[in-house]
Amino acid sequence: MLRGKQTWWFDKRPVIIGSGAVVGPDEGEGPLAEDFDLIHPELDLQQKSWEKAERLLMEQAADIAVKQSSIEKHDLQFFIGGDLLNQIISNSFTARELGVPYLGVFGACSTSMESLALASMIVNSGGAQYVMAGTCSHNCTAEKQFRYPTEYGSQKPPTAQYTVTGAGAAVLAAEGDGPVVTCATIGKIVDLGIADPFNMGAAMAPAAVDTIQTHFNDTGRVPGDYDLIVTGDLARVGHQIAKDLLERNEVPMDDTVFNDCGLMIYDLEKQGVQAGGSGCGCSAVVTYGHLLKRIKNGELNRVLVVATGALMSPLSFQQKETIPCIAHAVAIEKGG
Amino acid sequence: MAGKAADKGKYKNMTMSSKEYKAFAKSREPGRSVLKNCLRAFVVGGLICVIGQAIQNGYMAWLHLTSTQASGPTVATMIFISVVLTSLGVYDKMAQWAGAGTAVPVTGFANSMCSAALEHRSEGLVLGVGGNMFKLAGSVIVYGAVAAFFVGIAHIILGTGGQ
Repeated sequence: MLRGKQTWWFDKRPVIIGSGAVVGPDEGEGPLAEDFDLIHPELDLQQKSWEKAERLLMEQAADIAVKQSSIEKHDLQFFIGGDLLNQIISNSFTARELGVPYLGVFGACSTSMESLALASMIVNSGGAQYVMAGTCSHNCTAEKQFRYPTEYGSQKPPTAQYTVTGAGAAVLAAEGDGPVVTCATIGKIVDLGIADPFNMGAAMAPAAVDTIQTHFNDTGRVPGDYDLIVTGDLARVGHQIAKDLLERNEVPMDDTVFNDCGLMIYDLEKQGVQAGGSGCGCSAVVTYGHLLKRIKNGELNRVLVVATGALMSPLSFQQKETIPCIAHAVAIEKGG
Repeated sequence: MAGKAADKGKYKNMTMSSKEYKAFAKSREPGRSVLKNCLRAFVVGGLICVIGQAIQNGYMAWLHLTSTQASGPTVATMIFISVVLTSLGVYDKMAQWAGAGTAVPVTGFANSMCSAALEHRSEGLVLGVGGNMFKLAGSVIVYGAVAAFFVGIAHIILGTGGQ
């Protein structure tokens, strides 16, 4: 099971039998719009608070994932989820609705792959038949908690990123039809001293590079073994740094397609999102909406999703702490 | 496609000090156009002040007030406009373009209070709106008062200003 230093090899190949990706208006205007299961035209989802809106996104993504899996909610044996809000309320409250055994996790924006890796591990080890992994974020809850009130007029620097409004969920099963999860590399914290929360891409890039290289070293795979390698939310600045670091370390990324969910989800030239997307929802909706569909229709055979997370809090950066970062990689392949 | 076995498992690890990396990252940051931002701030900030002046002149002409008498209602009008624009979700979009141009005038101060009040309405009127309204504006008031205190002391020592 453990291969190399940090990689789990899933010999039973857990199957993603269903998934759901729900997004807000900005993502719905982006280039991946047609791959999302549900697009909300308003940011507030007609809820009384931003937090309620975020929770609704998660609940809907979970519902869609369960429906697509052709199982019932009570068939789910575990739900693993997390989000950016204090005490991960969006997922805990969703778990209250679901009524299934729940493990709350926090990995900031890496939560998408953290939860998917853990869910795969449980299914692979025979701990359950059906496990759901999910995560969500909302632009306005993130602004409110980490930055300023949403309507506050502050100018964002070009390195800043735009938190994705969206939720993604996937149901993993021991058997069934669908893309399979074959291995996962759990990252370790990398902190090279960036303290600016408006430049999270630069803070997270070394963590992504570390996990990608460890993944290759542990599995014996090379970049050319993947049709696509995507980082979670490094966006324009961080992705370029990651590219350059990998080149410096002589990792042949030219043999594959190397992209970033934060760059894919928006049209950076037309939508005012500064460097690109971020947030738990970013890699979640791109993976569970866009990538899984492309794997299913045969355009992609093997994909490595490297979700990146900046593990700071609003308190820690005010106290001038640097940003500890992490990245978890999960390999998803065509099933059968 | 797969590389030769000899190539596998030997990608060298990151060997970069924090100092080296900061320079590496800094050189890949998009430049911030200080000149453009200054120009925009100057134009927009100036425009807001021109609007304020027009309103003041209006009050003076139509209500026959002196310029001192007109300044109160003028500030109130500017605050009202800012609060309406904030509530309509326009002010923050203007600010992304204008930068300090929308932050420095009294409209920026009103925006900071109004946006915080709106944002925390969901936590109730007392702990939400009341407790958070000065979240951003509070430091302006604190340091404004502190600065005024020291300027006052300086005036006493130098024997300048004051009546």
